[in-house]
Amino acid sequence: MTLLAPAVAPGRAAGMRRVNPVAKLAASLLLAGVLVLSIDWVSAAVALACESVLFLFAGVSLRTLVLRTVPIWLAAPAAGVTTLLYGQASGQEYWAFGLIHVTDGSIALAVATALRILAIGLPAVVLFITVDPTDLADGLGQVLRLPARFVLGGLAGLRLVGLFLEDWRALELARRARGVADGSRLRRFAGQAFALLVLSIRRGSKLATAMEARGFGAPGERTWARPSAFGAREWALVAAGVLVAVLATTVSVLTGSWNFVLG
Amino acid sequence: MLARTPGAPASVDAHGWGWRYAGRRAWAVSDLDLRLEPGERVLLLGASGAGKSTVLQALAGVQGGAEEGEETGTLLVDGVDARGRHGAAGLVLQDPDSQVILARVGDDVAFGCENLGVPRELIWPRVTHALAMVGLDVPLSHPTSALSGGQKQRLALAGVLAMQPGLLLLDEPTANLDPDGVREVRASVARVLDETGATFVVIEHRVAVWQDLVDRVVVLAPGGGVLADGRPDDVLSTHGAFLAGQGVWVPGAAPRLPARTADAGGPALLRAEALTVGRSRSAPAQSGVDVTVDAGEVLAVTGPNGAGKSTLALTLGGLLPPLAGVVRAEPALAQGASPQPIRWTSKQLLGRIGTVFQDPEHQFLTGTVREELAVGPRALGLAAAEVSERVDALLARLRLDTLAAANPFTLSGGEKRRLSVATVLAARPPLLLLDEPTFGQDFGTWQEIVALLSELAANGTGIVAVSHDADFVGALADREYALRGMHQDQDHGTGLRVQR
Repeated sequence: MTLLAPAVAPGRAAGMRRVNPVAKLAASLLLAGVLVLSIDWVSAAVALACESVLFLFAGVSLRTLVLRTVPIWLAAPAAGVTTLLYGQASGQEYWAFGLIHVTDGSIALAVATALRILAIGLPAVVLFITVDPTDLADGLGQVLRLPARFVLGGLAGLRLVGLFLEDWRALELARRARGVADGSRLRRFAGQAFALLVLSIRRGSKLATAMEARGFGAPGERTWARPSAFGAREWALVAAGVLVAVLATTVSVLTGSWNFVLG
Repeated sequence: MLARTPGAPASVDAHGWGWRYAGRRAWAVSDLDLRLEPGERVLLLGASGAGKSTVLQALAGVQGGAEEGEETGTLLVDGVDARGRHGAAGLVLQDPDSQVILARVGDDVAFGCENLGVPRELIWPRVTHALAMVGLDVPLSHPTSALSGGQKQRLALAGVLAMQPGLLLLDEPTANLDPDGVREVRASVARVLDETGATFVVIEHRVAVWQDLVDRVVVLAPGGGVLADGRPDDVLSTHGAFLAGQGVWVPGAAPRLPARTADAGGPALLRAEALTVGRSRSAPAQSGVDVTVDAGEVLAVTGPNGAGKSTLALTLGGLLPPLAGVVRAEPALAQGASPQPIRWTSKQLLGRIGTVFQDPEHQFLTGTVREELAVGPRALGLAAAEVSERVDALLARLRLDTLAAANPFTLSGGEKRRLSVATVLAARPPLLLLDEPTFGQDFGTWQEIVALLSELAANGTGIVAVSHDADFVGALADREYALRGMHQDQDHGTGLRVQR
């Protein structure tokens, strides 16, 4: 049930964990929105530097941070290397082989791309591993006023994912027991995926009945048992996001590195 | 909203009420006339298919609108149409897993109150009170995924109690629970009824569980209407034989048991030595298992929840690799294949060890009952004539012949169980492993399964059955292998008890 449990030890987590998930969503979307407007290494580097300082206050242990951000650390250099080899060539050429051209231009693009993925990805991960799905649903419903039916349906559905994993394992063993697991892996996968779909629809409809039996969808105003507040702490996080974005853009424009992708 | 004192016991009135699901020809319920006084406690009985669950769902107002089906007559709770009376009735269903809605215990109980628009400051006192009533003594932030089956059912009960319903409806709430879970849930319900005085309707085919708690038994007739209605003792003594014939576990109606003779002498089929089993290396479920299964004997594996019974069965069945120790197939079982079942191909396994899973739905592969039975024989490469001969014999033997063209997923619980056993028998394996074969089964299916397994053992099949069902173990097992919980008394963890 890792999907439902935030990856942070309760004791240390106080800092970020207490911030409303809607603020985390807003801050990371804002940062990403600004950083994708330009591909230059300066804005990404400035953003990344500011974020590294802010991470110290996030209440996430270094170990957790490293473990959870592994995909980003892999994706960033991978994208960088690809851009280095195949990115738009300009300036002096250092090495060429077939379609590969390593040039001044592709080096700059590669560095900018890798830094940008880190600058957008790392804060997103740090903010979201401290999000409890129930708190997020509370925030979406109370702060953003999204329809309760949609928000809570999604939240309840998330709980089924853990059951799907168990179902999948049982289906796999059952196919071996029934003598049909020797054939092609791909074909078996398709059949098993269909069986899982059937099971999940049945589980979903049972869950829907159980929810309805508890008055879900009743007419009248729904109340929320847990308050979802958006106060000083939340505005501070959003402000920090704005600040980082503004700082990165300003430095980039002043140093003449800013290249507006849409312009 | 309607004026109603929250929690005041509700009355129920059905006048010529009937319901037909969209797309079905037959009425699920018809001509129902019934009056329940506030505070009455009713056990609702009837043959499978008599529409008991339909009545409960309608009373709970979750039946759906005109697109879901067709309605006749009236069904009133406290004199008002049951539909749209959100929170007036609280319904607890059979499957513990599909009733947990949220990730934390407190939030899950609060869910119903939120939906009814109860002000926040009133919700939490209701939540703690409901949890206290059902005796679920865990913190509000306790993860719901860490609860046992019995605890999940009590959580569901707390969830409806927090809504303060005047009518409490339970649809086979203990069918999927082990004996401890059944006791927990029954004790909780007894306490709740004493405290709230709510009107109470329960469906359950194990009558003994609720008999002392109810003051009225209503039996629905298979063709519609009410067959019998009165005090529990009267109804059960007058209609006991009929009810037992319809699959109800009537106290005092002894099941027909096959005569089991102890005839040692079959060759050993499978041996486990110093075996440690588990889903992953980091979490062994049981260790130090030493056991032998002989041809023609029935070995019952018993023990508390979490003792690794199912995991042991899967490991013996060549489906999970041993974490330590060995599972060895003796020559009589291996028939020339490797002595380690986990190394067998799926097809080799099919002809040697048959595993019946706890949830039949996990092992269905096709769209019809007939096709389902043919899967095994075909995978063994049998000729078409031989395949259909085996399939026809099993269809007849397990009373599935009228369902040959039906989709396995649409069968009733008892039919699914019979089919899942039949699919495994189609390959005629010398060793059969069954995980809780009688879980949630009615009286009729129970007797059929016991008779069938007894017959197989008499013909030399070795049988290992994981079971919580003391009646089943008593009726069938030659030996009982009792697993203890991993965390208590590890040195003397497990042991054999000779049954006869």
